[in-house]
Amino acid sequence: MWTWFYKLASPPYVYGVAAALMPWLLGGAALAMAYGLIAGLAVAPPDYQQGDAFRMIYVHVPGAILSLTVYMVMAAASAVALIWRIKVGHAVAAASAPIGASFALMALVTGSLWGRPMWGAYWAWDPRLTSELILLFIYIGVMSLRSAFEDPARGDRAAALLAVVGVVNVPIVHFSVVWWNSLHQGATIVKLGAPSMPGSMLWPLLSMWLGFMLFYGAVLCTRVQAEVLNRERQSAWVREAIKS
Amino acid sequence: MMSNFWSMGGYARYVWPCFGFAGVVLAWNLWAARRLLAGARLRSARALAMAAGDVR
Repeated sequence: MWTWFYKLASPPYVYGVAAALMPWLLGGAALAMAYGLIAGLAVAPPDYQQGDAFRMIYVHVPGAILSLTVYMVMAAASAVALIWRIKVGHAVAAASAPIGASFALMALVTGSLWGRPMWGAYWAWDPRLTSELILLFIYIGVMSLRSAFEDPARGDRAAALLAVVGVVNVPIVHFSVVWWNSLHQGATIVKLGAPSMPGSMLWPLLSMWLGFMLFYGAVLCTRVQAEVLNRERQSAWVREAIKS
Repeated sequence: MMSNFWSMGGYARYVWPCFGFAGVVLAWNLWAARRLLAGARLRSARALAMAAGDVR
């Protein structure tokens, strides 16, 4: 039953699976995002308070959710690599860091553009915004630490440790709007209970969320292939892999 | 009809840059990942060629 799980520790297996999955994930992402964009920009009605400005939700919320999801994947892969000394874990963590950082930046910039017409300011030292900015800094710290060592194995271990410790910021980002007084609105879809949106607005958002998840999967597959190749350059299986 | 769509109810200066920035981030992710993989393949091919002793 757990054979598939043990196989994930094998670099050639992971390389092959990533190569096979990538085009499917990218195709799925393109379809989901195309529906989400068309329905979100042209079909969903304007919000009764925010008007058409609310449409920024279709990139801001998936970007923000992915910035946290990718961090969880990076931290879990780092923990696996540290505990069981599985090298593929370091490869997944290294591949996830720049993707997660880009989603955190996307959440901050798109949120800033949404904040200007709604709050009257591009930036406020609000708990949600500040904790998301700290998340971006942790991503940058993880990437910098990995490349700061001459010995790649030591860089991997140091970055993995920081990634695991930094996971404490994930619930802070998510619950900041509950724990403190915040300008930022509460959770819309990732919460206990039914989403607080009508279906005509919700379905495009769910579709964009799915599209972003699949896109992350596609980019992760490509980056994991590169990380595995860089780490296994001297292995015999690499000769066959790079010919294909 | 179309001008209403592009004006986004007066919020066009925020909505379109928002979607534009998101598009740039997604495109960068795809481009950077493919570039990284191409570089890794090239380095692996060179390492294998060096190991085989057929590098000029």
